[in-house]
Amino acid sequence: MTSNIKIRIGIIIAIILVCLYGVIGIPKSKDELLANWKKNIHLGLDLSGGTQLVMQVQLQDAFKAAADNTIDSLKQELQKDGITPAGDLTRNDPMTIEDADKIEIDVKGVPSDKSSQFRGIVNTAFSTWVPTALNSTDYKLTMKPSEGLKLKSDTLSQTMATIERKINALGLAESSVQPTGRSDAEAELLIQLPGVDDPAHVKQLLQTQAVLEWDEVKDGPYTSREEALSKHGGIMPLNTKLVPTAVRGGQASWYLVSRIPVVRGTDIRDASAAAGELNRWETNFVLTQEAAKKFGTYTEANIGQRAAIVVDGVVISAPTIQSKINDTGRITGAASQEEAADLALNLRAGSLPARLTIEEERTVGPSLGADSIREGFAAGIAGLVAVVLFMLVYYRRSGINATLALVLNAVILIAALAYFDATLTLPGIAGVILTIGMAVDSNVLIFERIREELRAGKAVVAAVDAGFSKAFLTIIDTHVTTVVSCAFLFIFGTGPVKGFAVTLVIGLIANLFTAVFVSRTIFDAELSGRQVAALSI
Amino acid sequence: MELFKHSDFDFLGKKWFFINLSLILTAAGFISLAIKGGPRYGIDFRGGALITVSFANRPPVDKVRAALSGKLPVEVQEVSGRPEDIIGIDALQDAQLQASRQKVIDALDAAFGQPGNGKYNINSSGAAALADRLRDGLAAASVPMSDPQLQTLASNIMDYRKQHTGLIKNLDELASVPGVTPQVLNVIKQQTYPDSVAVVGTEVVGPKIGAELQRKAVLAVLYALGGMLVYIAFRFEWIYGAAAVIAVFHDTLITIGLFSLFNKEITLTVVAALLTLVGYSMNDTIVTFDRIRENLKILRREELEPLINKSVNQTLSRTVLTSGLTLLTALALFLFGGQVLNGFAFALVCGIIVGTYSSVFVASPILIFWHNFLEGRKRSARGGSSVAAPRKPPNGPVPAAAKVSTAAKDRARPGAAKVK
Repeated sequence: MTSNIKIRIGIIIAIILVCLYGVIGIPKSKDELLANWKKNIHLGLDLSGGTQLVMQVQLQDAFKAAADNTIDSLKQELQKDGITPAGDLTRNDPMTIEDADKIEIDVKGVPSDKSSQFRGIVNTAFSTWVPTALNSTDYKLTMKPSEGLKLKSDTLSQTMATIERKINALGLAESSVQPTGRSDAEAELLIQLPGVDDPAHVKQLLQTQAVLEWDEVKDGPYTSREEALSKHGGIMPLNTKLVPTAVRGGQASWYLVSRIPVVRGTDIRDASAAAGELNRWETNFVLTQEAAKKFGTYTEANIGQRAAIVVDGVVISAPTIQSKINDTGRITGAASQEEAADLALNLRAGSLPARLTIEEERTVGPSLGADSIREGFAAGIAGLVAVVLFMLVYYRRSGINATLALVLNAVILIAALAYFDATLTLPGIAGVILTIGMAVDSNVLIFERIREELRAGKAVVAAVDAGFSKAFLTIIDTHVTTVVSCAFLFIFGTGPVKGFAVTLVIGLIANLFTAVFVSRTIFDAELSGRQVAALSI
Repeated sequence: MELFKHSDFDFLGKKWFFINLSLILTAAGFISLAIKGGPRYGIDFRGGALITVSFANRPPVDKVRAALSGKLPVEVQEVSGRPEDIIGIDALQDAQLQASRQKVIDALDAAFGQPGNGKYNINSSGAAALADRLRDGLAAASVPMSDPQLQTLASNIMDYRKQHTGLIKNLDELASVPGVTPQVLNVIKQQTYPDSVAVVGTEVVGPKIGAELQRKAVLAVLYALGGMLVYIAFRFEWIYGAAAVIAVFHDTLITIGLFSLFNKEITLTVVAALLTLVGYSMNDTIVTFDRIRENLKILRREELEPLINKSVNQTLSRTVLTSGLTLLTALALFLFGGQVLNGFAFALVCGIIVGTYSSVFVASPILIFWHNFLEGRKRSARGGSSVAAPRKPPNGPVPAAAKVSTAAKDRARPGAAKVK
């Protein structure tokens, strides 16, 4: 054996060891081997079970909220400066994500002699808005395009952060939230939740906006919205709003509450669920220092008054203030421990700046995933056995050579998946199986060439040499075309299909190495140093 | 062992037979597509919902249909080999999808489920919820557990459920789960019940996303074909690229046609299979083309048609072997790969067969047609004739081609008088 061959064999053994290390580490027991395997090979959602959601962030909600806040503070600013618009300040109501930045605020009836003063206030205190005069007294405020973009990206990152906090609070390991990256759908998030055993519950938790308000109750309860309005002569009193109670089997009732809340979700420092009186579950919360001061003053001044705890626009409870409260509060009325715990979790995670709608959902139950693995494994073994048997019968001793190359091909492929932290999906398993079939293609090409050369009367060593060199370019060509189609599959595909493309490409590259380099080395080792009259091929 | 030891089939002599066969197959696919109003898209492309439901005792599929009929337009499909049905809900609007899914689940539960009587359904709960539910009961039965103990117990039960098709049929089964003592089992029975219907998987795709995926799938296939054309044109000549791409396009069309004929759904994974085929059936064509190019250098005197025929014969054993071996693995996937990969494997099986066929019977004849077309043009230009370049009629070859095909026949019948 020449030293050249020894070096090549050394390289091959080194690669095998590195690959094995990547897949199973250095196991000391069978359990450790399995544990390492599980740690290194990441299973996709379709195999491990779990949920994948594509959610759309309804960005227009954030724009509406921004406009509402501006209206409230603009009113106060104008009042301070003695400007009283004849009409009310209103905003339009964009319904879709695309229309979000078409938000407008109408200010009607600004006295014409205060026009420049009005512009001054808007330009200094509300610089995110651009006032356009419609006539001498009416104005339209539109959001600056740069501010619109900033609001969009802020809303998205805030939403992602909130979802992340919720997922972490649920203890869902290996979950992820990321933009889907579709160029035409900036407001879409991809949420992957592997190993979730009750997806419906998690989905509901994620979708809960969890906007908490502690409002002063001005009047109520009423049995209907109409009754509330008629009590006040058909017009809502200034700075109030009507909020319904949660419907639990019975009829909803309505409260008239202060428009601006005393405490908001953002003022909450911590929240937890606990069993209260009569073993009813409730959610306790703790306020931040700053909010606690304000809350203390408010509760002291309003002992005996009612307050409304409103979550996502629904009154959860309307307690009477018994005494001064500093920094803690509790929300009663939960139907179960789960509900109280969910509310606490949502309060801790913070509210979502916009609603989330589900665009796509794929849930695979863990049992379904386990079955898929079993079936994929069975198909892989069946395919491998069939191919190996055929190669051994058809090419005899050279079939062993091809089988070695094939097994090494599979080992490198799996190791590459482990090293690149790629995810093995069900189509990915199909990719591995297909690689088995395609990998022998290179061997067959070479072997058939060698046979032809032998038939043409060449000596064994020369025939092997010619076989490899003549087949090489063809092998490159066939590999490149498959890699090209996989590249487009990767660019245009989603999730599992991407996994398939990655697996197939890695398999093909590994195949170049095994079919050309490894097979050749085995032949050379077999033929070197002795006179071989015939090759078993 | 050796197949095709000295193969010398006259493939190109029978090219019209095979080209007509290709046309018939393509036409059959198109007719089927036309009658059925286009390909049958899966919910990935159409938008809609698929719910996989597991039953403790699967009712006959008619009963499942009856339970759902009148409520929603749904399709029910049995999963072979497992006590499961797949229920498909067609694309509605985004908002309706979630609601109709709930309706289906409720209807199935009403028809085949068991009354809970206020107990907790152990087949639809998560580990955390189950632990919460059992905590007080265990304490009352004086087998209190610490929280970590309780969590382990609950996740053991969930693992058991996972190993048994996602459904616990009878609570007594749980006696084999580690940590479940007779007392604990009693508490489990007090607090929970095993419903005989469980949802084990759902897929919901909004119609908007469906349309987007459909567009992307078509783009991916077209770009892949374009990529091949450029690469082969670069490595060979542009006509080789065109011939190879026409052959592969032909494979894709016939495979889609077969999907329509067999009434199978085109899903995302099927498109992945189609793209793989675009790459794979290209392989056979390239191997043959490589050989043609090599022979063109060695056998300079040979006419094109016999040369191509010879190249096809030389690569025949390789073509049949590798396609056969890949077909073996695809068949393994088709037979053992399970429900989810069924369409994918079907596409591969059809595509590999059609792809191998087309590289011999479609791609190579295109080269000859082009060659004959060029020859004809050259001849008419040289002759100074005012007649336009003759196109080859189906059964009456022009002189140039006649010479080529007689030469091929001579080779096939050794000893015959040489015409040339």
